[in-house]
Amino acid sequence: MEIEGLISYLVSLIILSGIYAIFSLGLNIQWGYTGLFNIGIAGFFCIGAYTSALITSPMPSGIYAQYVNQVFGLGLPFIFGILGAAIVCGLIALLIGIPTLKLKEDYLAISTIGIAETIRLIFNNERWLANGPRGLMGLSQPLSHLVEPKHYNYIYLFIVLLFLLIIYLSIERAIRSPWGRVLRAIREDEIATAMSGKNILSFKMQSLVLGSMIMGIGGALYAHYTKSISPDVFTPLYGTFIVWVMLMVGGSGNNKGAVLGAFVVWAIWIGTSFATELLPTTLKAKAPYIRFLLIGILLEIVLLYRPQGLLGEEKKISRFIE
Amino acid sequence: MFELFFYGIVLGSIIALGSIGLSLIYGILRFANFAHGDLMTAGAYLALFFVTQLFEWLGIPDNTIGSLSFGIRMIITFPIVMIIISLLSIIIDQILYDPLRMKKSSPVILAMASLGVSFIIQMMVIIIWGSDSLFYKPGILRPAMELPLNIKIRPDQIFIILVVFFSISSLHLFLKYTRMGKAMRATSDNPELAKVTGIQTRNIIRLTWAIGGAMAALGGILYGIDVQLHPGMGWGFLLPLFAAAILGGIGNMYGAMIGGLVLGVVQQLSTSFLLPTYKPAIAFIIMILILIVRPQGIFGGRTLWK
Repeated sequence: MEIEGLISYLVSLIILSGIYAIFSLGLNIQWGYTGLFNIGIAGFFCIGAYTSALITSPMPSGIYAQYVNQVFGLGLPFIFGILGAAIVCGLIALLIGIPTLKLKEDYLAISTIGIAETIRLIFNNERWLANGPRGLMGLSQPLSHLVEPKHYNYIYLFIVLLFLLIIYLSIERAIRSPWGRVLRAIREDEIATAMSGKNILSFKMQSLVLGSMIMGIGGALYAHYTKSISPDVFTPLYGTFIVWVMLMVGGSGNNKGAVLGAFVVWAIWIGTSFATELLPTTLKAKAPYIRFLLIGILLEIVLLYRPQGLLGEEKKISRFIE
Repeated sequence: MFELFFYGIVLGSIIALGSIGLSLIYGILRFANFAHGDLMTAGAYLALFFVTQLFEWLGIPDNTIGSLSFGIRMIITFPIVMIIISLLSIIIDQILYDPLRMKKSSPVILAMASLGVSFIIQMMVIIIWGSDSLFYKPGILRPAMELPLNIKIRPDQIFIILVVFFSISSLHLFLKYTRMGKAMRATSDNPELAKVTGIQTRNIIRLTWAIGGAMAALGGILYGIDVQLHPGMGWGFLLPLFAAAILGGIGNMYGAMIGGLVLGVVQQLSTSFLLPTYKPAIAFIIMILILIVRPQGIFGGRTLWK
């Protein structure tokens, strides 16, 4: 029983780390390879989760309709939720990219914060959209008829890791292609890249959209894991900041680093939760904040003393060059 | 409508205090300080400590002045907290931003570091004071004066506008007529040229943080007097501050001031047809509109294109 409890705890940790690793990979395309400063990850996280929730859940009927409002409910299978999440996030990234990508990085940054905050406000205040602050509950889980509910996480673990692997391999492939080399060239020197005849704006947009679509997929996977979502999940802290710390710790510009960072930061996050158990009771209630404080300090230390992260950027740019 | 307009001026003058500092820091240090709103939070909460704890302990009387909602304690608190937040800003620069500049980190890395500072300040405020909303003087009646046109205003709000007017005028005189002020403007216009003419850039950077910090602290306390204190208040100010700075042309102090007022008024007027919680979204929409229509801001500023 003890062992079983421990294993299922570990499984849930790996599922969450895996989902966060997907966010971190999406951010790595934008920041690590192209130098786009997106600090509105929470917004894409939120949109991905809600889109998939609305697509997969049926429209509430009967007595539920009195308590749950949602703009639509299609009741489609899981995979449509994932696709929908990616598409909607891509569209939003496109809209935000149009006014900001031709300006300096700071403007993209502040605009992405803006979109993330606005999305959270909308989901919080518009009850007709997705049940307001109470959020949506009882979301469907793929393949859940195969096993007993208490063992379901093993299946979901497999699904998350499968998505992580597919996304990881696709990015690795793309980044070593001529397309990926243009992205890196833009990051290093925009003017020189433009002089080589590359359309900077178009490549930046592709990177922003692709990265955001991956974040949307992460959001959808999160929604079907926790089965219930509400706007207060998608705060700048849980949604954006911790993903940045993961990428910076792991090493931006390195997909292995992005994944490693997600697992390392989650391990630290969980590890500190045991450490805060030792605090006096007066401070215990503040434990999550103390842990976030430590995560914040961790980011500053990485920026100051190891800006390349744990792994650093991979120098290999093509599979033809050894 | 007139009433909302007046409240907008009050909110706008508080935003202006923050956006001036943000704009100055962008002009001289060339990075977006995402922790600027949190300097306001830090100032507001530090003032809370002085007013409700330290001065209580020192036995300074707690009587209110006239029909204002605060008294002599708050008046003493203003300069002290402004100085402390100035020093705090300089210290953060010394231990974080200065080493990053020395390593030739890009401005984006500095901006990211400031995001970290923002969360560190928020977390410390929550750890020390808790995450609930607080007031400088809980339970006090804050009577409003009736003016013609059915305008109700509180004496506190007139005080806020006067304080902001006074502090921005002093800053203007300082930048315009003193040696240090001129050196600061020169550095903002062209840092390399300023360096060549023998201006000590290090001192200018410290001065910029001092002014930015003091103005932000003042804004935070005034917001605390007008509305309430909340650990997320500075984060909520982030979008209006940037929108105001961009509207006025980033790096342009006077533009930031006007931008702040415009933002305050538009945000308040929007509450007549939208929920007040949408205020940050309004700021965001204004910002996007400026970025589309006139990204250099109404009054022009630093060039935004690379």
